[in-house]
Amino acid sequence: MSIQPKNFGFGEDETMLRDSARKFFSDNCSADKIHNLVATDPNIHRSIDCVWDKNLWQQIVELGWTAVCVSESAGGIGMPAVAAVALAEEVGKAAFPSPLLSTFNATFVLNHCQSEAATAALGEIAEGKATTLAITNQEGSWDASATDVSVNNDGSLSGTAYFVQDAKKVAQLVVSAASDKGVGLYLVDTTAGGVQMVADGIIDLTRDQAHIEFSNASAIELAAPGTGNLAIDQAMPAILSIVSADMVGAGEWLLQTTVEYAKTRVQFDRPLGFFQAVKHPLVNVMLDIDRSKSLAYNAACAYDTDPDNALRLAHMAKSQAGDMAVFSASRAVQFHGGIGFTWECFVHLFFKRQMHNQVLFGDAKYHRALLADMVMGAAA
Amino acid sequence: MSDAEKKDTPEQAEFRAYCQDWLSKNHPGKPTVKIPQGALELSDPAALEWLKKWQKASYDAGLIGCDYPKEVGGGGMTNCQVIANAEMQKAKTPYLPNIIGMGMAAPTVFFHGQDEVKAELLPKLLSGEHMWCQGFSEPGAGSDLANQQTFAELKGDKWIINGHKVWTSLAHFADWMILLCRTDKGEKYNGLSYFVVPIKSALGKGVTVRPLIKLTGETGFNEVLFEDFEVDDRYRLDEVGNGWAVAMTTLSHERGAGPLVTPASGGMSVEEGESLSTSNAMALVDLAKKQKRSGKTAADDAVIRDEIMQLMIRRESMVQNGRRAAVSSLVEHPARIALQSKLVATELNQDMAELAYHIEGMASSLYVNDDNAPAGGQWPLAYMNSFGVTIAAGANEVQRNILGERVLGLPKSK
Repeated sequence: MSIQPKNFGFGEDETMLRDSARKFFSDNCSADKIHNLVATDPNIHRSIDCVWDKNLWQQIVELGWTAVCVSESAGGIGMPAVAAVALAEEVGKAAFPSPLLSTFNATFVLNHCQSEAATAALGEIAEGKATTLAITNQEGSWDASATDVSVNNDGSLSGTAYFVQDAKKVAQLVVSAASDKGVGLYLVDTTAGGVQMVADGIIDLTRDQAHIEFSNASAIELAAPGTGNLAIDQAMPAILSIVSADMVGAGEWLLQTTVEYAKTRVQFDRPLGFFQAVKHPLVNVMLDIDRSKSLAYNAACAYDTDPDNALRLAHMAKSQAGDMAVFSASRAVQFHGGIGFTWECFVHLFFKRQMHNQVLFGDAKYHRALLADMVMGAAA
Repeated sequence: MSDAEKKDTPEQAEFRAYCQDWLSKNHPGKPTVKIPQGALELSDPAALEWLKKWQKASYDAGLIGCDYPKEVGGGGMTNCQVIANAEMQKAKTPYLPNIIGMGMAAPTVFFHGQDEVKAELLPKLLSGEHMWCQGFSEPGAGSDLANQQTFAELKGDKWIINGHKVWTSLAHFADWMILLCRTDKGEKYNGLSYFVVPIKSALGKGVTVRPLIKLTGETGFNEVLFEDFEVDDRYRLDEVGNGWAVAMTTLSHERGAGPLVTPASGGMSVEEGESLSTSNAMALVDLAKKQKRSGKTAADDAVIRDEIMQLMIRRESMVQNGRRAAVSSLVEHPARIALQSKLVATELNQDMAELAYHIEGMASSLYVNDDNAPAGGQWPLAYMNSFGVTIAAGANEVQRNILGERVLGLPKSK
């Protein structure tokens, strides 16, 4: 059995990185600032826009965050996945619109592609080239072999990738595409000919999403046919840890914001938080956040040091975090009362981010079913 | 070599090897009498004697009280109890009977008692020769613990105690009791004082112990009546009026959040010790695979599978919370995880036992007195007994108040 470090591999360097991120977000990304940026138009039929602060993204690139999980040999910093998980927690706490987490996910997949093209792509990521995964089909399957994109005889791609995260914010895509030899992975420039990006109208105001149509789009092979799905599978524990950590951060914001409200809002001559009908569920939210946080760091640490157990532990993390995401968001809206139901209260930003996070890469029940198959065997 | 072993200090590594060696030669084997699921259910004197022999043997071998100084009967080591506990768990030893003594009385006496009292009481407490019980709860002081009515009045150098304690686990076997009572009727929290009192030697002379029957039909706890019971002043812990602060030392250790690690032995399985490990979700998987329903097993039922996985995930998160509590940069508030431990452990224990009896289906209606009961009726019994711990040591509703107020900073509910 492999040995996991007691501290999850979260040492001084990781703590310093996390603390600098915490400061960056508290200096630059207050909830009202994000709200002023992304929530200017409440119209339910509003036009589909991608709004984000490119200047802040440039600062993040200069801080080197995109290089965190790129190996030193590929031009990066080569920190463990727990470092990216810590950043994801801060991103979630700020509901920060950026392609950082998508770029991490692409990094983990590229780390498992044994090709010079993948190494070159990682080098570009380390220098700040935002990248996302385009690996989901129309039915939203998380099976790494499921794709509606195919490889043409000349190596170009045709078909459509769905539910592509942060699509309008990135410069390149890691696309899964099928040929008769199986699923491979391909690098496609978002500005290349034959790439048509159609933005989705989504609930989450802090993200953008698109489906992307490829018509003989030129592509560079990253992982040969038959090996692309394996690279996705190997990266999946890290990807699940990242989205779980985003939910932990968003959950903590929802908890602390609701606690502050419960301390100050007075009804029946008492602050709301005096009443156990409010106090006890808020404690339950805290219990769920702590469960989720411990499981997310555990899964990321397993990805770094105990790969045989990583997927099992990542199913646990995503399942727990998914349930927590819904619970933390629902209690925040409910306990803010009438104001919590309005567009002007910032809670809806995080509520919607949690709704999106919960289904992204599979919801809680989906991961528990996979976990049960692993530890109990398939059902008869 | 496990992760834990890799991080051992030289002292811990040497001690771990010693424990492994000693346990390989001195495991007591299958009990010669029927042992209940936990020490708090002990009612048969023969079972107690068998377990006391095990506690004495492991104390004499140095596996209990490792981190206490030698002057008070301890091993004089640093962070070694956790090693002994882990090795005893691995060796599947029986549990230790004097759990209230070790878990609550010992740290309280150690942090608040006079030196000669520590030296007098702690060696026989740790060896299990003296059993201990806890006199906190009263008919009118449960969750509102500070509402103590048992009164101690100083006459000369003796305290005269009158009052009524309830839910007193193990009082029927106890030599000693930790006792919280009132010494000033004018002050609620500041009117309390804390004593250690010899109850067995005073039975019939100011102390009466009567059994209370639990909803399971088992005894195990009691009511204790004090009528002009005389106690020497040297058995007072800390200052008069400071009893609430002393009680907090007791409660923090009871809830697993105190500085001293409680000696704990355990891990004995159903077959070996006729008691179930209700803390392992894989036991639910095994149960579900054996239980037939509608031509399949319960393990093939999608809902049952999902529910078992939910509990398995909670169980893993509890272990990982414990790991994270030691990594200060990953904890938002120093007490945040420690103060959760009693709450999450007892609710998980309850939910596991509940799911287990659901999995057993109609056969779970059979009790321990029926030979056809699956697993000897242990799962429904464990479910019923699980309420003891969700209520004791501050009901979980009180735990939620503590977490909400001390960690989240919400206004006090009183």
